[in-house]
Amino acid sequence: MSSQEISEADLPHEQATTHGTAVAEHPFADPGLPPHKPRIQDIDERAAKRSERTVALLFTLSMLATIGFIASFVIFPVDKIVYVWPLGHVSATNLSLGLTLGLALFCIGAGAVHWARTLMSDEEMADDRHAIEATPEVKAKVMADFADGARESAIGRRPLIRNTMFGALAMVPLSGVVLLRELGPLPEKKLFHTGWSEGKQLINMNTNEPLRPEDVAVGSLTFAKPEGLEESDHDFNNKIAKDALMIVRIQPEDIKDKRELEWSHEGIVAFSKICTHVGCPISLYEQQTHHVLCPCHQSTFDLSDGARVIFGPAGHALPQLRIGVDDEGFLQALGDFSEPVGPAFWERG
Amino acid sequence: MKKLSARRRHPLAAVVVLLLALAATGGLYAAFAPAGKAQADETAQSLAIEEGKKLYTVGCASCHGTGGQGTTDGPSLVGVGSAAVDFQVGTGRMPAQQPGAQVPKKKNIYSQAEIDQLAAYIASLGAGPITPTEKQYSPEGADIAKGGDLFRTNCAQCHNFTGEGGALTHGKYAPSLEGVSEKHIYEAMQTGPQNMPSFPDTTLPEKEKKDIIAYIKTVNGDETATPGGFALGGLGPVSEGLFGWIFGLGSLIAVAVWVAAHTAKAKKS
Amino acid sequence: MSTTTASDAKRKAPAGERVADWADGRLGIYGLAKANMRKIFPDHWSFMLGEICLYSFLIIILTGVYLTLFFHPSMNEIEYHGSYVPMQGIRMTEAYASTLDISFDVRGGLLIRQIHHWAAVVFLAGMFVHMMRVFFTGAFRKPREINWLFGFLLFVLGMFTGFTGYSLPDDLLSGTGVRFTQGAILSMPIVGTYISMFLFGGEFPGHDIIARFYSIHILLLPGIMLGLVVAHLILVFYHKHTQFPGPGRTNKNVVGMPLLPVYMAKAGGFFFLVFGVIAIISALFTINPIWALGPYRPDQVSTGAQPDWYMGFAEGLVRVMPGWEINLWGHTLVLGVLIPLVVFGIMLAAIALYPFIESWITGDKREHHLLDRPRNAPTRTALGVAWVTGYMVMLIGGGNDIFATHFHLSINSITWFVRIFFFLGPVIAFIVTKRICMGLQRRDKDKVLHGRESGIIKRLPHGEFVEIHEPLSQAQLHALTAHEQYAPAEIGPTVDENGVERKPTRTEKLRAKLSKGYYGEGNQVPKATAEEYKEITSGHGHH
Repeated sequence: MSSQEISEADLPHEQATTHGTAVAEHPFADPGLPPHKPRIQDIDERAAKRSERTVALLFTLSMLATIGFIASFVIFPVDKIVYVWPLGHVSATNLSLGLTLGLALFCIGAGAVHWARTLMSDEEMADDRHAIEATPEVKAKVMADFADGARESAIGRRPLIRNTMFGALAMVPLSGVVLLRELGPLPEKKLFHTGWSEGKQLINMNTNEPLRPEDVAVGSLTFAKPEGLEESDHDFNNKIAKDALMIVRIQPEDIKDKRELEWSHEGIVAFSKICTHVGCPISLYEQQTHHVLCPCHQSTFDLSDGARVIFGPAGHALPQLRIGVDDEGFLQALGDFSEPVGPAFWERG
Repeated sequence: MKKLSARRRHPLAAVVVLLLALAATGGLYAAFAPAGKAQADETAQSLAIEEGKKLYTVGCASCHGTGGQGTTDGPSLVGVGSAAVDFQVGTGRMPAQQPGAQVPKKKNIYSQAEIDQLAAYIASLGAGPITPTEKQYSPEGADIAKGGDLFRTNCAQCHNFTGEGGALTHGKYAPSLEGVSEKHIYEAMQTGPQNMPSFPDTTLPEKEKKDIIAYIKTVNGDETATPGGFALGGLGPVSEGLFGWIFGLGSLIAVAVWVAAHTAKAKKS
Repeated sequence: MSTTTASDAKRKAPAGERVADWADGRLGIYGLAKANMRKIFPDHWSFMLGEICLYSFLIIILTGVYLTLFFHPSMNEIEYHGSYVPMQGIRMTEAYASTLDISFDVRGGLLIRQIHHWAAVVFLAGMFVHMMRVFFTGAFRKPREINWLFGFLLFVLGMFTGFTGYSLPDDLLSGTGVRFTQGAILSMPIVGTYISMFLFGGEFPGHDIIARFYSIHILLLPGIMLGLVVAHLILVFYHKHTQFPGPGRTNKNVVGMPLLPVYMAKAGGFFFLVFGVIAIISALFTINPIWALGPYRPDQVSTGAQPDWYMGFAEGLVRVMPGWEINLWGHTLVLGVLIPLVVFGIMLAAIALYPFIESWITGDKREHHLLDRPRNAPTRTALGVAWVTGYMVMLIGGGNDIFATHFHLSINSITWFVRIFFFLGPVIAFIVTKRICMGLQRRDKDKVLHGRESGIIKRLPHGEFVEIHEPLSQAQLHALTAHEQYAPAEIGPTVDENGVERKPTRTEKLRAKLSKGYYGEGNQVPKATAEEYKEITSGHGHH
């Protein structure tokens, strides 16, 4: 084996250079690759035969598993549910197909690896490495070739060509950038308005009926959408992403924020359901503390104090919708939100 | 520092480090484990009021006051209704055992008859939500899909997609709905126990409540199918990620160790 | 080819050889095979981590192609009337409905979906561990810095491919993730609202995002990744694999088994093993049961809203950030969202740039093919552990609600813990790791100089008890002393050749300082020298 004759020169640099004591019997010198020791399979033909049978058995198992896969595919209806302890009530196809496929694949792998480990030669060999960097001669040749090419192209002598070419190349991708403009509309003032406006009734999300003040009990939680918005509308999701409303009733004497009380109706307050952090629907309302928590990033707002932020990453209070009661005795909005709902953005101000 | 490193190899060093680590862990846990006051509410009505009152005096009056008017340790029970009593006592939350951020569910020590008597007494203190009848809460014939939609609007934000429960602020939590009876689910929606908001019939009518119960029982019952296999708690990416790391990558690394290991050599003769 | 000689003409070459001849005449395969067929690969389990990634990537591509045959990347709303009862009549997008169909109506569809998703989780976890292996053993050093960057890009692109992938079913959980993305985009100063409008084709959620994510997820990102994987592998072949120091293993050779047949069988077999294990996991364990989550609606949500684990670090940063917002001159700077995004970028950039930073500090321009044991590079190892600690703390932050319910802790306390330990944890980890490394170095040195503690106690004639130390074999001695130790870099001469004094530049000073922190006194244990060894061994036996 070539690696057996590793010379002193192959010692790590540092040892040879800084100490300069790389004498013939350096105590830490590399003794070279240890001699190869045989495995049991190398010397005992019966052991080798056993390995051979194991490998063949694994490959056979794989074949059987594949047949099992095909059989399962044919036998089990797609909606068959079976109870398997401890997994629970699981799909028969998923379980049988997965196990048979897994077994078929695993046995191929296990067979191949066992073959490699026990029957193929396990003698370690060494390959030499070669420096990646080119020799000075090669480098000189490349540099000369490049200089020749550059000279022949005349790019250095004719700067006009060079400059206009770079200009053209720099500009041509702009077309692609411009095309991206068609991806969507400009923001304009879209984020500043919602579907709420004066006189729109608050429609209960659960019943699709307008809400009366007496429906909303202290300690209860109700969600509402503006009158006229239906789930079947084409752009329902776009609308509800801004209009979703969370309604709670707090004893008026418990409301600490003056404006909140003013904008409420007898303690019924309506806040945007969309978190001011990054826009998750926020509605984990604790009726005794009046705290509402966002399930995404744990921003916590105090609904009894103008929905100001009391914990977490949100930067400002939940917008409140000013509400009142219309002639028929239903809750109605007294205008749009006075500020944009949802996450903050640069133009929000 | 010198002294410390000199004793680093002392035979007892490992023990000391272990003890320090244990103490630190315990201390951290004590510091982070939420503490707070227990809060709860209760209710009732009927003929068995007298019996209920006796039970009340023994089990409840120390916190809620002799007449249910409430004390610093427990809220007033006037007007909470029999449904609240049936829920709180029936799920074992009341009587509460120890202060904490939230009163947990535990083994119920009262018979249903006793609970009814207690409920009757509390209901007599002031009108409130009445214990529902089976006709009200039975999910028979309810619209499961509609229930799912309602569940995701009203409940999932605290109780998770399939009712596995979730965290609230300062150690409070929305409990798992697994194994909770239909009646108790109905009562919880009706009365809003502890920090849960209520969903009264005026905003979430009886039929919608049934739909929700039907959905919960479909997706989180004993017979619920998890077609893909073991559900890993139904908690989403956190448990999936942990599993993927520990069992997924873990078993692959174990396989890799086998693939790369040297085969046993024959013994030297 | 030499079919012209008379002796060759007599013999009819076997069919395989003739095919190979045909191919060689067109592709030159014999030249390639000469260099690579018996190429040597060293054996070590940690060298197979990259293979786990490669194979799970292949599995993802295979299963992903199958899924595209059934998935409809459309946001058209329909009423569901498939076989999953709890969704009957619910309005949902075609994307969600077709994912339900894959799960319930396509035989084996659920299995392939789960293999695809589990393989993605393992792929990212594998890349993370593979990268750590390369980091802690110093395998990123010259000439492998570019390959380190390729790997880094694969990790980052993998994160985003995963993110766009789990968004595709348009379920309530992933939709919430997309909403977060939109909120994060909005937080960008000046351009935020424009990018959001362009990406979503209007207001959130619009009708375009699924189709756009689809082409990004199945074409753009995996296309780039495939190219990077190929480049990564070509470089692994070209550089030849690194190896740990040991007898017969030098910086100028590579010791191991040949590609044909051993590695062909081992690496080829390992692909089937990885695929098999993931298939079995997918048979037994649910991942992302989208039917339980419901279709996305911007006004609905569930608690426990987390992204897949590899985005958990970013999620943690966003969760624990205080809600800072600056309002000035009619504009809002949303620091509460912006800072976490910037920190996320910085943490990633730190990994990408580390090889260049270290080589600048050491000033070492040589090639390195022998791996470091982590203990022999205490400062690097400590930095790595500090980084991982910060990462893990943020993972806890990203799952703070689940940790709160399962360990009965307060979510607020966990958040505060993470806020503090994101800064404190890495510092502690750095100090502790460095001390452990130094301790291990000291132990190695003792072992070299005094031999291995045998546990046998001998009583000397005059009554003293000593433990017998067995001397190490030459191979062991070599392995324990083969690592290099740098001397701290000095600031170059401050007097130039004309005798003019110059001030050392600030970068020079910084470099000298960092180098001292890496290799100065007290930051590494000088390894045993031959003199020390000879002095001890020649003098008085074992002691």
